Amino acid sequence: MTHYSAFTLIRKALGANRGWTRAWRNAEPRAGYDFVIVGGGGHGLATAYYLAKEHGAASVAVIEKGYIGGGNTGRNTTIVRSNYMIDGNTRFYEKSLQLWEEMSGELNFNVMLSQRGQLNTCHSPAQMDAAARRGNIMRMNGIDAELLTREEVRRRVPILDFSDHARFPILGALWQQRAGVARHDAVAWGYARGADRHGVDIIQGCEVKGFLQEQGRIVGVRTTRGDIRAQKVGLAVAGHTSHVARMAGLRLPIETHLLQAFATEPVKPMLHCVVSFGAAHFYVSQDDKGGLVMGSDLDGYNSYGQRGDLPIVEETMADAKALIPLLSRLRVVRQWSGVMDMTMDGSPIISKSPIDGLYIDGGWCYGGFKATPASGWCFAHTLAKDRPHELNERFTLDRFRRGHQLDEKGGGPTPWAH
Amino acid sequence: MLRIACPYCGERDQVEFTYGGDAASGFPALADADLDRWTDAVFIRDNPRGEHRELWQHQHGCRQWLYVVRDTVTHAIQSVVPARDASPAAGADGR
Ligand SMILES: Cc1cc2nc3c(=O)[nH]c(=O)nc-3n(C[C@H](O)[C@H](O)[C@H](O)COP(=O)(O)OP(=O)(O)OC[C@H]3O[C@@H](n4cnc5c(N)ncnc54)[C@H](O)[C@@H]3O)c2cc1C
Ligand SMILES: [Zn+2]
Repeated sequence: MTHYSAFTLIRKALGANRGWTRAWRNAEPRAGYDFVIVGGGGHGLATAYYLAKEHGAASVAVIEKGYIGGGNTGRNTTIVRSNYMIDGNTRFYEKSLQLWEEMSGELNFNVMLSQRGQLNTCHSPAQMDAAARRGNIMRMNGIDAELLTREEVRRRVPILDFSDHARFPILGALWQQRAGVARHDAVAWGYARGADRHGVDIIQGCEVKGFLQEQGRIVGVRTTRGDIRAQKVGLAVAGHTSHVARMAGLRLPIETHLLQAFATEPVKPMLHCVVSFGAAHFYVSQDDKGGLVMGSDLDGYNSYGQRGDLPIVEETMADAKALIPLLSRLRVVRQWSGVMDMTMDGSPIISKSPIDGLYIDGGWCYGGFKATPASGWCFAHTLAKDRPHELNERFTLDRFRRGHQLDEKGGGPTPWAH
Repeated sequence: MLRIACPYCGERDQVEFTYGGDAASGFPALADADLDRWTDAVFIRDNPRGEHRELWQHQHGCRQWLYVVRDTVTHAIQSVVPARDASPAAGADGR
């Protein structure tokens, strides 16, 4: 495999860019593996990578029904941050951000992490208090956070609505400098290449249709390309966790919902950080091609449809215009959506399941891109050692029964409204 | 845009309605103290890929709770009836 460096680039360029080799093998399924990971998104690929690299697993396969990165990994708005507040979430997401900071070097693959900072705008004194509280909790956990005044926000992002007739006047913001965006495809490709280098088989175009069970234990998967045996099966099928777990007879604290994203025509650089609108659930950043990438609320009813509906288009555009009036002059050129596991408390699940041999990594809601490296790190640990890493010991399946929900928003079991 | 045929008001845009979630999960009797049954009712969902029974309230219309059968892949709506007539699980307040 080619090591990527400035030197290789120059050498290949001089050779008319012939002789680049595939970044990873397109493997054929074998009869059996020690570990089978279902789902070739960032989480599944990162899990396989850390299983092989950190835990020395010699026989690992990732099984993907479509192509790797074609799920939510390739559909999200790529915001990476660690501004969480509840014990169990704070340190996990901070570990994730630290892994992001090392990722390009670790994988020898440029994931284009851009720590351009994220602003969460505040529009009432109560929101300023809540932001101060969140910021203090973050800082007590060693995470960077800064409370900005209206004037400081205006200096950073003058295009927000600071006029006298702003629908939601901006009083200030919570700022995380180390937050930012990354190139989503590159994360899937980088982990795939790294996993492949450590001997992981990446099997695309192979859908899991059921499980092989013996004496109540999961011993493999039934796929569209035949049965594959496994000592342990890990699910990382974002949005389809309930659907696949059902094949093993499990029901989960999850509903599947749609989230849309939008991109405008490209323009010159005008927005230098990520902005989240505190008056509505809206967020926007400018990508490297110049387009503004935006998203807002869920469509709001259970769906596996992977296509969004018009009410959210209208809502998102209204939010956009209320926050950054000049956006009304840009054309939206692309719109797409993904389906996500919304858990009953809005926090994820990385856990052994009640069925021996089956492990679950899911419930990432609309925030799982930023979690990709730590999720892989913790899920690999859970699979290899049969017990959680200290960072995911609260992300269990049975926390709902025990009354230990991790409800960051305090919203209750109404996942469509999270 | 979903179009939901309210039995009282006729076919209306989805934006007039509020979603009330899965209608299959009724609560146990209040006197029932079984933890598993309550966990199941409050937190666990079938979350089917396909036919889904769900509640909607015609918030900006007659304010009645409705029991809707809808496909979660095609979004096609099969039937809409008043929630109180629909299932033992769904009472007049939609629960
Ligand atoms: C529009 C949108 C915007 C988002 N914005 C952000 C954001 O700004 N920041 C953030 O942190 N998060 C965001 N998210 C969430 C984030 O994208 C996801 O949580 C994360 O990418 C999940 O990663 P994954 O690897 O688990 O899932 P995926 O990339 O979806 O991978 C799961 C894979 O499993 C495969 N699969 C499913 N069923 C089967 C089967 N039966 N057999 C084999 N394979 C199967 C799928 O094909 C898929 O490739 C957003 C999501 C969406 C939809
Ligand atoms: Zn009505």
